[in-house]
Order: sequence, then structure tokens, then C-alpha cells
Amino acid sequence: MTDQTQTAGNVGSFTENTSLGFRARSLFLKHEWLRGYTLLSPTLLVMICLMCVPIFMLVAYSFWTQNYLDIDKTFTFANYEAFFQKPIYVALMMKSIRMSLFCTAVTLLLAYPMAYFIAFKVKTNKLVWLILITVPFWTSYLLRVFAWKVILGFNGVINSGLISMGLLDEPLQFLLYNPTAVVLTLAHAWAAFAILPIYVSLEKIDRSLLEAATDLGDTPTERFWRVTWPLSLPGMVAAGLLVFIPTVGDYVTPRLVGGTTGIMIGNIVQSQFGKANNWPMGAALSVISMILITILVVTFITSTTRARAKSA
Amino acid sequence: MTDTTEATPNKKKAMSMTAEAAAADERGSQDAGFVESKHAGHHWSGEAPMFIYAVWYLAFLYIPVMFLPLFSFNDSIYVAFPLKGFTLQWYGDMVDNPALLRALENSVKVGFGVAMASTFLGLFAAKAMTRYYMPGKGPITSFIMLPLVIPGIVLGIALLVISNTMGMDLSLWTIAAAHTLIGVPFAMLVMVSRLEGFDKNLEEASLDLGEGAFQTFMRITLPLAWPGILASVLLTFTISFDEFILAFFLAGNEVTLPIYIWSQLRFPNRLPMVLSLGACVLVFSFFIVTFSEVMRRRGVGPQSGAAI
Repeated sequence: MTDQTQTAGNVGSFTENTSLGFRARSLFLKHEWLRGYTLLSPTLLVMICLMCVPIFMLVAYSFWTQNYLDIDKTFTFANYEAFFQKPIYVALMMKSIRMSLFCTAVTLLLAYPMAYFIAFKVKTNKLVWLILITVPFWTSYLLRVFAWKVILGFNGVINSGLISMGLLDEPLQFLLYNPTAVVLTLAHAWAAFAILPIYVSLEKIDRSLLEAATDLGDTPTERFWRVTWPLSLPGMVAAGLLVFIPTVGDYVTPRLVGGTTGIMIGNIVQSQFGKANNWPMGAALSVISMILITILVVTFITSTTRARAKSA
Repeated sequence: MTDTTEATPNKKKAMSMTAEAAAADERGSQDAGFVESKHAGHHWSGEAPMFIYAVWYLAFLYIPVMFLPLFSFNDSIYVAFPLKGFTLQWYGDMVDNPALLRALENSVKVGFGVAMASTFLGLFAAKAMTRYYMPGKGPITSFIMLPLVIPGIVLGIALLVISNTMGMDLSLWTIAAAHTLIGVPFAMLVMVSRLEGFDKNLEEASLDLGEGAFQTFMRITLPLAWPGILASVLLTFTISFDEFILAFFLAGNEVTLPIYIWSQLRFPNRLPMVLSLGACVLVFSFFIVTFSEVMRRRGVGPQSGAAI
């Protein structure tokens, strides 16, 4: 790859003696990092153009205001003030965070035994189990969420199934269109993401520590709580963040299975870019959610690190 | 930007874990769970309850999705029990639908472009990460992984805002650009574990024997990295093919398949057709992803160490 850049250097210096090309070439040969960065530069450039610049623009938008069809580009905190003045925004933000936290807890609770099983109990065909766990995650998120709508619906799989079995006279109303349905669907959709980090942290545990604990008289339960559990905490933290961060801003799940009581902040952000047509407000809402998420994540990480340092 | 940086190492860890897991398998098969194996003569040395739980968990993962294919063959417009009988009518409807075929074509086009672009960029980045000494490697890796921790809706509106500011019309190109952004991190992860998995001496030997850097890349690195490249192409294609939220914000007049599905959800009478389409997409994604997972884990040997 470095060849290309070297050639470019040579071509450029061709007219004015080879000294410049020679210098560029020797600079390249001398500094390994220069070759590395040259190779990395296309990727970095794409990431900057497609991520940093747009997010910068989004932040800029949040300080502007919508003036009917135009954007008023005078700097103002109006959108941020509106956020704190309208109780609906704050309430919705808090509800989104609560629902995500709950969903994260459910996901981790369900995932831990599964990860433990694959790490400690499966002796052969570990790869098959891992692939079985991972594959659903890569398949269409939209369709996995949609499946839950089909299952929980008024005339859905559960209701019609129970009725045709004679266990139910009329459909249950409480299955779909509420926060519980959202949490259940999200827990299902993000299951794979939770299992893998926990699995990796369990798999890394030095097995001789477990043997030592047993030899020194720990019962299996004591051994689990005193050795395995503390050592698997980093995986739990990673898994928790992996589920929590994306679910706070989720749009599809609350929209499909949440109904009016299950809507989350992502739906309001979307409506600002759709029906409400107030882009700057939508931008401000998403900036606020990102800041809130970051604060929560940082507090969480520092508190767990401190707790672990204390116990060690 | 700094907002999400804190979380990135964890995300990164989690993303590389599949690669790590492959390495762990090697270790696992040698030394895993000897604590249990002391009293183990049979295959499942652990307690039965854990195995039962695991099976239940897999059922929880797979069964909800299975209802889509099941009802796609049901001879009724209502998605409800009892099943009415077998029909292929909905699949017929699907094939006869020009709007759907158009969306499919668009999805394939976008997916192909995204797969090429992200794999290309991912390969470059992975080569730089694994083969050169560079200061600031850690932060750069975190930076490239960032799109995976930023909620999709934020990326979507950010890209919508920038296209609008630059006066760019929304089209398949804007969707492809957004998908490339999330494809690159995955492509890089797959490729890093692959490039770490084979002997660097082979490249050095080639250089020593007088091949240029480009020749070495073409004749040594590329053939050895081939399974990783294939896995990355398939994975990023599927990511783009199934991605909804970015496309939702960035689609112009031409839509991709997930957007088409979304637009059909409003019409109850089209539900069976959506089910059959969904079933096809699921089966297709399932096979591609399984194949790509097998490809990328194969030959990522014990010497690969921790990915990234």
C-alpha cells in the first residue's frame, strides 16, 4: 500500500530533480508510523466526514431555531430552555432511561446463566453454540421486533392460540402497546449482545483459581460468589453498556409495540424531523440524550471501578 | 463526540469478543472446566438444569422469529391460530409486486456497494493496525468503533442534517454512505483478527526475498486474509441489507427493502405478504451470516491472541 504514496512522491518530484522524492521516500522508510497513518488515512477521512462533521452540524442545529420553513441561524438556547420548560420532554426522557435500565437488567439476568453454560459446561461444539447465539443478532432487527407485534397482538399468536385451546374467552388487552411489551421485545432483540461480553470474561478466568478455591474448602456456591462472579463483572459492565446505550434512543420497538404509553425519546426526536417539522428541537433533544447517556455511563463506570478497587 | 468515547473500549471489547471467543475456544477445548470434568464421564458434565435453561434460552431467541415463516404459509389473511391450511399464495403475491422487487434491487445495490467500500476501508485500517507501530493506536481504534455506540437515530438525523445543509438530495447514495459508516468498524474487527491470525514472518520473508510492499500485499497478505475478506463482505452486506433506522431517515424516493416492509405494515391486508417477505429475508440473512461466521472463525488460530 505504501507503494502508492511513494510513487506519488516520486511523480511529484520528477520535474525538479529526484531529491524531494528521495526525501519523501526515506522519510517513509524511516518512520513506520508515517506508513501506518498513510494506510489508515482513507478510513479516518471517511469516518470524519460521515460521523464527526454531521454530529458537529447536529450540535450547531440544536442552537438554531425553526422559523416556519426556514432555519433561523442566530445562536440561542431556546431549544434547551424548551426542553426544561415542557414537563413532557423531561418526563419522557426519564421514562426512556428507566425503561432502558429495566431492559438492561432483564437482559443481563437472562444472559448470565447462558454465558456461564457456554463458558464452563460446554466441552465440545462451543463454536456451534456461539454461532447459534450470535446469528439472530445479525438478522433484521425490524423483523425481529415485528415478530413480537405478531405474537402479542390483540388477534396475535398468544391470544388466538389460547382462545383456540379454550383457555381464554376473549383476547387479553394488556399484552401489546405498553412499556412491558417494549422491555420484553428489547430484551429479546439485544440478547446476543449481552451474552458475548459475559462469555468472554468468563472464558478468560484462570481455571486454576477455581481449583484453588475448591481445594481450600469452598463449596461450589461460595466459589462462584467469591471467584467467578467478581471476575466476570467487567463482562457484565460491558454487556450492560452495550444494551443500555442503544436502547435509550430506540425508535422501532416503541413505535411498533409500545402504543401511546410505551413511547420513548427516540419517537419524539423522529417526530420533530417528521410531522412536527422542528429540526433544531429534534437536534437539541438528541444532543441532550447523548449528554445524559454519557453522564450515566461515566458515573456507572467510575462507581464500578471504585467498588472493585475497594473490594480488592 | 466525547460523549460516547467513555463507553467505547467496552463496546470495542464486546465487538472483538467473537474473535476472542474463537481464540478462547482453542484454549477452552484444552483446559476448560476441569473442575467439573473431575466427576464427568459423559458429554454434558454439568448439571442438567443449566442445559435445560440453555435450551429454553435458545427457544426464546428463535421461536418468536419462527412465527413469521409459519404464518407466511397460512391460508388466511389473519395472523392467528388455528392455522387454516397451507398456501403459497403470499409468496406468489410477493413475486408479482414490482414495488417490492424494485426495493429488493435497491437493497442489493446498496448492500453490494457498502460491502465493497467497508471491506476495502476495513482492510486498510486493519493492515495499519496490525502491521505498523503507531502511537495513538488505542484511541484511533476507539474512534473507528464509535458509530457502534452512537444510537442509530442520532447518526441518522446527523447525516440527514448534513445532507440538507450541503443541499444534497436524499438517495440510495446517502443510505449507502450511512451504512458504510457502520460497516467499517465491523469489517475492521473481522479483518484485524484475521491478520493477527497468520504468521507475520511470511510477509517479512517475502520482503527479504526482494518483493516490493505492493507485491507482498497482493501475493502474501491478500490470499491469506481471503477468508476474513469474504466474511467481512458477507457480514457488511447483511448489515446494510437489514438496516432500517439510518435508511429510514436518509431514503429519498428510492427505498430499500426494510423501508418497503415498514411502509407496508400500515395495511392489515398486506400483512401475509409482509410475513412471506420477512420469512425470505430472515432465511437469507441467517444463511449468509452463519456462513460468514464460520468463515471468519475458521483458521483464526490460537496464536491470534486477543483481537485488538
